[in-house]
Formats: sequence, C-alpha cells, structure tokens
Amino acid sequence: MVKRLFAQAYLWVLLLLLYSPILIIIIYSFTEAKVLGNWSGFSTHLYTSLFKNSVHHSLMNALINTVTIALIAATVSTLLGSIAAIGIFNLKARAYKAISFVNSIPILNGDIITGISLFLLFVSLGVSQGYVTVVLAHITFCTPYVVLSVLPRLKQMNPNIYEAALDLGATPLQALRKVIVPEILPGMISGFMLALTLSIDDFAVTVFTIGNEGLETLSTYIYADARKGGLTPELRPLSSIIFVVVLALLMVINYRAGRTKKK
Amino acid sequence: MQEEKSIIEVRHVSKFFGEKTALDDVTLNVKKGEFVTILGPSGCGKTTLLRLIAGFQTASEGEIKISGMEITQTPPHKRPVNTVFQKYALFPHLNVYDNIAFGLKLKKMPKQTIEKKVKSALKMVGMSDYEYRDVDSLSGGQQQRVAIARAIVNEPEVLLLDEPLAALDLKMRKDMQMELKEMHKRLGITFVYVTHDQEEALTLSDTIVVMSEGKIQQIGTPIDIYNEPINSFVANFIGESNILNGEMVHDRLVRFCNTEFECVDEGFGEHTPVDVVIRPEDLYIFPVSDLAQLRGVVQSSVFKGVHYEMTVLCDGYEFLVQDYHHFEVGAEVGLLVKPDDIHIMKKERVCNTFEGRVIDETHVEFLGCEFECAPLRNIQAGEEVWVEVGFDKVILQDNEEDGILTGEVKFILYKGDHYHLTVLSDWDENVFVDTNDVWDDGDRVGITIPAEAIRVIKKVDVGK
Repeated sequence: MVKRLFAQAYLWVLLLLLYSPILIIIIYSFTEAKVLGNWSGFSTHLYTSLFKNSVHHSLMNALINTVTIALIAATVSTLLGSIAAIGIFNLKARAYKAISFVNSIPILNGDIITGISLFLLFVSLGVSQGYVTVVLAHITFCTPYVVLSVLPRLKQMNPNIYEAALDLGATPLQALRKVIVPEILPGMISGFMLALTLSIDDFAVTVFTIGNEGLETLSTYIYADARKGGLTPELRPLSSIIFVVVLALLMVINYRAGRTKKK
Repeated sequence: MQEEKSIIEVRHVSKFFGEKTALDDVTLNVKKGEFVTILGPSGCGKTTLLRLIAGFQTASEGEIKISGMEITQTPPHKRPVNTVFQKYALFPHLNVYDNIAFGLKLKKMPKQTIEKKVKSALKMVGMSDYEYRDVDSLSGGQQQRVAIARAIVNEPEVLLLDEPLAALDLKMRKDMQMELKEMHKRLGITFVYVTHDQEEALTLSDTIVVMSEGKIQQIGTPIDIYNEPINSFVANFIGESNILNGEMVHDRLVRFCNTEFECVDEGFGEHTPVDVVIRPEDLYIFPVSDLAQLRGVVQSSVFKGVHYEMTVLCDGYEFLVQDYHHFEVGAEVGLLVKPDDIHIMKKERVCNTFEGRVIDETHVEFLGCEFECAPLRNIQAGEEVWVEVGFDKVILQDNEEDGILTGEVKFILYKGDHYHLTVLSDWDENVFVDTNDVWDDGDRVGITIPAEAIRVIKKVDVGK
C-alpha cells in the first residue's frame, strides 16, 4: 500500500517538474504584468495585444514565417520521404539495411552539427541565405523522420497487393496511386505532423541557415528578444498557444498510432 | 502434340536468382480449357513458374507464349491472365464491390456494365449480399471468394491460382475445392493451379505437373501419376507408397524382400536393379496362411477413420499397409500383392558418379575437394576421370567439421530397410546416400568418403 502510494507520488512529482515551466508560462499569460513572476490580476490583455498587428508586427511576422516554413517543409519532406521509403522498402536485404542506417544518422546527429554543415554547404555553393535556405534545411532534417514513419506501413502491407493491381491491368504508376498510397497514407500523415512539429520547434538549424537579412522565425525572434533583455510579454500567450496546438497535434498522432496498432 | 490448341506454351524456361537455380529448363504446354495443377514441395519452383506466367518475374532463359503470342518480357498489366493469390491480396482500403470493380474501372467500362459484371461475379462465388462490406470484416474463405471474383470478372483467358486454399481450414478447403471445380466447368477458361497438397491436385486437376528442384518430374492425368509414377520422387510425393530396391529377374518376374513376385512389367532386361513401388492399399493383409507371399509381424497399427494403417516387418523390410481389418501389434500376418499392383521403375542411378581429376597416385579430386583413394594404376596425374561411389559407402556426420565437405539433406526416401537420402553438397552437386540413421530434411551434415570406396574409372573406358 505504502509502496504504491510512494510510486504514485513519484510519478506526480516527476510530471510536475517536467511541466512546471510551461504551466508557469500559461498561468502568467493571463496577467498584464510586464515582468514574468509578477501577478497583477487576471487579464486576457496580452492575448488581444498579441493579435494586434500594428503593435507587434515583427512578432506576428516571425509567427507567419514559422508556420509557412513548417507547412512547406512538412509537405515536401512527406512527398520525398514517402517516395524514398517505397524505394528503400524494395531494396534487397543488404542495401535495405545500409540505407536505413544512413537514414537514421541525421536523426541521431546533433541539430547543431546539421546546422553548421548546412551553413557551410550553402556558403560554399554561394547560395544567399534566407527563406529558401531555411525551408531547404528543414526539409533535410524532416525527411528521415517521414521515411521512418512510412516504412512500418509498407512492412505491414500484404506484398501481393501491388502485384494484384498490376495483374488487374494497372500500370505501375496507377498501382502506386490507387493501391500503395492509400495503404501508406496513415504513415504519411503521421510523418507530416511529425515534420510540422519538428520544423516549428527548430532553432539550431534555423539560426545557421537564416542569413542576416532580417528574416526571423519564432525561435530566432525569441532568442534575439531574450538577449535584448527581458522577454516581450506577448511571448507568454504565444508560447501557450503553440504549446496547446503542438499538444493537440501530438494527441492526434498518438491516437492514430494506437488505432493502427489495434488493427 | 500440336493438334490440340495450346493456350500456354513454356519453352526451355530457366530462372536464376543469383547463384540459385529456381527453374531449370522447364517446358510445358497447357491446353485451352484445361485444369492444370503444378504440384511439388515448397521450394521446388512451382510458384516461380506461375509468377513467370503472370509476369511478376521474367525468365532468365527461354520463352513463354500465351495464345500464340510471345509474352516473355511483357509486363503483367498487359497479359491476358489474372491471378488469385495465396494471401488473397485484396485491397484493404476498398470494399468488396470496389475490389471486384478495380480491373473493370481501369478499362474505363461504363458504370452500368461494371455493376452488372460485378454482380454476376459475386453471384458466381456465392457472395451476393456482401457488396458493400469492408474486406477486413470477412472470413478467410469469404475473402478468397472475393479474390476469385475479382480475377474472373475480367474474363481472363487463363486464371492463375497460387495455393489459393492453403490458408483455409480443412472443411472450408474441401468445400472450396468442389466450388472451384464447378466454376472451372461453368467458365470454361483455363486454370493453372499451384499447390503442395497432393490430395488437392488429385481431386481437382485434368493434368498434374509434378515438380521438384526446379525441374518437371512428370506430367500426366491424376490416374497416370498415381498409378504409374515415373520415379521414386513422384511415387513418394503422390500418396503413400512402399518403395523398395528390387531386381528384375527376367520379364514379368521381380525379386525383392528376398522373394520372387510375378508382375506385369517387361523390357527392363535380366538381372537389372529396379525400384519397386507398392501402394499401401494394394497389400492384402490376413492371418498367416499358404496364400501369403510374405510373412511378417505387425509393428504398429493406427486407426485412420476409414482404415487402419499398419507397419509390417517382413524379413527386415518394413511395409506400410492400409486395410479395413485390424491386426494387433505383434500379430503374425501374411501379405499378398497382385501382379498388376506392383509398379516397377527403372533406377535413375545405381551409384554416385562424379567428374574428377587425378592429382597423384593416391589422390583424386572431385566435388571440389581432394580425396585419398586406393593406389591408382595406369592413370596419369592430371587426367580427367569418372569417380564412382556406392550409395552405402558415403558416411554422413552430425558435426559438419568432421566431414571432408558439407551438405544439406534435401530429400529422404524410406526404402523399407534403409533410408535413401539426397544430400546437396556445397559444391552444388547431389550426393546420394544409403543409411540406416535417421536424418531430417534440411539437416546440415559433414560428408566423408573412405579411400577404399572410391572407384576411379578412365573416361575412355566409359565411352566404349
């Protein structure tokens, strides 16, 4: 009995420690105080002020950049990753292992290494850094995750169904579109959402590839803002919103994963 | 051969996967409207042959024609055949109706025609009420019916079936067998059916093609294949049989189990070693009397539903007997077999023969290894020779390292008083071994051949 109570308490303390920073941000997003830690009564002022374009133009710009970059990067990496997964899946056992290994290196590699190497690549190729390079960089580190989430779907698939489609008169391309894609679609969607959250979240890679023409994403904006001294109060409601959105996305991903497992 | 119309012609087709030979010079004709079964143990190449006809793989050598058209390199979606897969391979994201309509929609048929055809195909397989069901919600048998409907709705000239009933339970399988046969009659299209189940093959087919190790062993009607197996592999694979070493004394008289028997076979020559095949149901078993050709003791008796299956030991040879009458274990019995129930097969070989090369006076190289042999006379070092080794002289070892070379047990034949094994050596040549030890299919073994068992023969001598 005591043992169980102790185990329970341990779990709750752990969760509290993990989530207290974000809880504090959410709590203090509902007050007007300029300095984090002061409570000057409940208010939704920061939320309304956040969405007033004129006041925090640069913050909203950073938000829009973040979202569009994430959407483009997630879409492109989902397409690339899915096609790559189909290719990898059809390789012979040895090549399959080798390529899967190569695919997992960028995932294990530190973001900072990916960022620096991409930076050096763009510089050596003479590409001027900006929006496009950030998108390319995000596609680069998202694609392996998409491959990883599509491959299991392909493994689960009855290997004969592609042949069955060909047998019924479908060209290889038709078979891909009408049979393979519907089968791996859940994997593609999970991959897309994963890519989306990874892209929104990224700082290390972005900061190396964003150039110095004034382009900002949320992460770089917050970093710069914090270094100027004191965080803009509107970041609190923004963080809260992003947290809730990411939480919702994660819940959808987990729900989908659970459902496919049951099948 | 050519007077009847062949719908599928397979000419000298071979298929290699890297080093492995899956099909070895296969030639086969399938007549229009026939129900042909390709039968063989797993790994014999039967599925590969079917996949070559369907177009999922292409032949390494040879050519395949369907209704006179050369299609060896044609991709599967352009071939006039449809396939029913072992694991159904229904499209899980489509319902029953859309699965069946898949091929018709690709052909851009008008909606009404598609609907009519899908409905009649569903009726054909007895699944009329299932149109809008999710395929995952169907039982195995129902899924297989949908898969069959999906194939026949396209009205192919040939329907290919790859062990379609293997995943079903026994009762379901029997029902589906009857339905398939009925369907074949009604549709009038050619069926090519792959199975490892000999009973299924005997039940369904007009023609059976028995395959083993990438080669066709025998082609014939079920009755021919059962009654007149061409070699010991076919005899052993189709039904149960007693296969024994025997000797043809002269025409119509064969000697085995130390007894002479009248038989109906002729033309083997005098004192020729042969294989004797007797089906277990062709042996009469009764209490010892003067009628008995063989006398023995019942070793075991198992009730099989319709009959008893007994093993009887006669003079060191074990016989498998099936009879309605039951004899207790230990009972002394007599056995009798009618002359026309004895089937005689020419022996494919009487000893192992390998190509070899003399190294020096006491060493010869064959099977990729160097062997010590009895001192050679009149043969120069480096000379190409034939090497003969008796089946019973080859020694197999549990421990692979103990052998001069290693191999894998591929095929086991019980010959009444010993086992005749086919061992595929790592040199990729078969070594045939007679042994009293029990080995399992797929066992890895070490192979040793003692010096005195190796007979070296000059190549010119054989030529004479």
